[in-house]
Amino acid sequence: MKDLVLSLIAEGGALAGVPFSLAAPLVMVAFGALVVFGFVLPIAGITSWLERRVWARIQSRIGPNRVGPQGFLQWLADGLKNLLKEDIIPSAADKWLFSLAPYLVVVGFIATFAAVPFTSSLIIADLNIGILYITAVTGIVVVGVLMAGWSSNNKWSLLGGIRSAAQIVSYEIPAGLSVFPIVLLTGTLSMQGIIRAQGWAPWDWFFFYNPFTFAAFFVFFVAALAEGNRTPFDIPEAESELVAGFCTEYSGMRYLLFFLEEWGNLYVIGAIVTTLFLGGWQVPAFTDNPMLLAVAQFGTFFLKAYFFVFVAMWVRATLPRVRVDQLMTVCWKYMVPIAIVNMLGTAAWMLFVPETLGRLVQFGMTGLGAVVVVVFFRRVRFHLRRANLKPSDYYYSPII
Amino acid sequence: MGTFAFLVLAALLIGSALAVVLHPNPVKSAMALVATLFLLAIVFVLLGAHMIAVLQIIVYTGAIMVLFLFVIMLLNLGDEEVPTEWPRVVLRGLAGMAGALMALQLVRLVAGAPLGRMVDAPEGYGGALMVARSLFTDYVLPFELTGLLLLVAVIGPVVLAQRRGR
Amino acid sequence: MVPISWYLTLSAVLFAIGAVGVVIRRNVIVILMAIEIMLNAVNLTFIALARQLGSVDGQVVVFFVMAVAAAEAAVGLAIIVAFFRNRESVNVDDLASLRW
Repeated sequence: MKDLVLSLIAEGGALAGVPFSLAAPLVMVAFGALVVFGFVLPIAGITSWLERRVWARIQSRIGPNRVGPQGFLQWLADGLKNLLKEDIIPSAADKWLFSLAPYLVVVGFIATFAAVPFTSSLIIADLNIGILYITAVTGIVVVGVLMAGWSSNNKWSLLGGIRSAAQIVSYEIPAGLSVFPIVLLTGTLSMQGIIRAQGWAPWDWFFFYNPFTFAAFFVFFVAALAEGNRTPFDIPEAESELVAGFCTEYSGMRYLLFFLEEWGNLYVIGAIVTTLFLGGWQVPAFTDNPMLLAVAQFGTFFLKAYFFVFVAMWVRATLPRVRVDQLMTVCWKYMVPIAIVNMLGTAAWMLFVPETLGRLVQFGMTGLGAVVVVVFFRRVRFHLRRANLKPSDYYYSPII
Repeated sequence: MGTFAFLVLAALLIGSALAVVLHPNPVKSAMALVATLFLLAIVFVLLGAHMIAVLQIIVYTGAIMVLFLFVIMLLNLGDEEVPTEWPRVVLRGLAGMAGALMALQLVRLVAGAPLGRMVDAPEGYGGALMVARSLFTDYVLPFELTGLLLLVAVIGPVVLAQRRGR
Repeated sequence: MVPISWYLTLSAVLFAIGAVGVVIRRNVIVILMAIEIMLNAVNLTFIALARQLGSVDGQVVVFFVMAVAAAEAAVGLAIIVAFFRNRESVNVDDLASLRW
């Protein structure tokens, strides 16, 4: 960001001759506003539309397809509808906290974007404690959710809020512990620093670095889904048990803000996973043109991050909801110990495994990953074909 | 600019701290405390302690205050009644005055302290690296003891929370 | 840069507010919260003086205070929950008996 501002000052244009101390905050605020209105809001909206479409497709339904091509503008219509709806505050609710809670949730979520990278130079603030900062501001969301649950003055809301708080606080621990193997390897907490420590090729990603970071990836992703209140961990807003959990009493715009957080948070999860484990915006240096390189980097990062948004939708459509006790068991009895083993294992790996062996393991694991992907797609193709056959054709077929 | 920011922060801090102490509803007290601790984290950033500021938010807003709110909501506490009988009212007034006196004395003490000139902060001051280096060299023993304390603090509540006779 | 004595003054005021809170409130949980304010006022003093001296030792002390505060909150709230189970109250006046 600093380099970008300096080059803008030097090259002229709108910022020519403006002193750095004034230009830097100006550019930062402008870029922040651009990110929020030009990226975060549309991404959350489009994700909501895509989720409904993907989900419908998996369940052999159609999903929203009326507004715009393929229903693409559904999110705009929904947003407008909710904006225009009457803003109802229940008379028994605590008015102050009730109206404040959704904003707290949204602020906690949008603040994470300050440290989410887009390309090698585009990041609002490359904090030297970036990943810790993201963990910290996510903590504000918990307070907002508790506030919403309590101030609604409704038993379902209160139960939803308490469940959510217990869940988020618990799953923060495996998520935080899964970040540490990467921090140990790179020796930095800065998001850009972590990406710079990786390469563009899959075998240079921390995902395939060693078995421990490989496991840490899954622990982190599952814990992040739980922190984002996503199915299969959506017991705070489980429709069949708690009406809509902590947002039962909300309507109109405030209700929408909670869902803005939920859908937007999916992209944040994807971005953090991409940064930590999948090489972030790293692309091979195929051109000298910085503009072209930036576009390629942005595209790479976005595709990787959005892939995980898709995985989250897929998981939501596939898995049933877990029970409260199962939720806590999974976290404390399985994920926390696994995360601790990952951390210690990575530390031991750094100390005892020679570089050549480590390199071999990286290539081996990448190969294994490639094999898994190939097998998976063959399996999908097989099932697609089978679906088109009559039962009599495939029942005794040798390819099963 | 810095002075203005500090004054606004200080006013908000004192206001929210007073709200913690004076609001009869424990949930609102806790919410005010969340605000106090968050604002303090911003003051820490002003003082160059970035790492500690982030830890403050993680530990206090993310964990300790959630625990407080959790317990208050679990016990379903209502408003604390404000005392009306005269000894209580007089005692409260006296406590307030004693507090004001204490604040006055403390302020006189620290405002007149011979501090000397402020040392320029070295490069990377308050970052993860510098704090960690100090923590794992000069303060290793207290650090390990803190680990022990936290272990006890994990076991203690589990023991306390068990119902007897099971 | 704001002079350090201003930060110290702020910390003194916050500490006094916390102390008054401990004295005037009867709800144990709120008393614990007032103690948190006092702890944080002291933290502010440590960080302000660390900045004055240009060393991070004060910040390390704050790190320890936070760990102790976390332990204190966990154990203290567990005691309060156990107490509430027996007495259906969180009022300190009901906590006066040494045994029952």
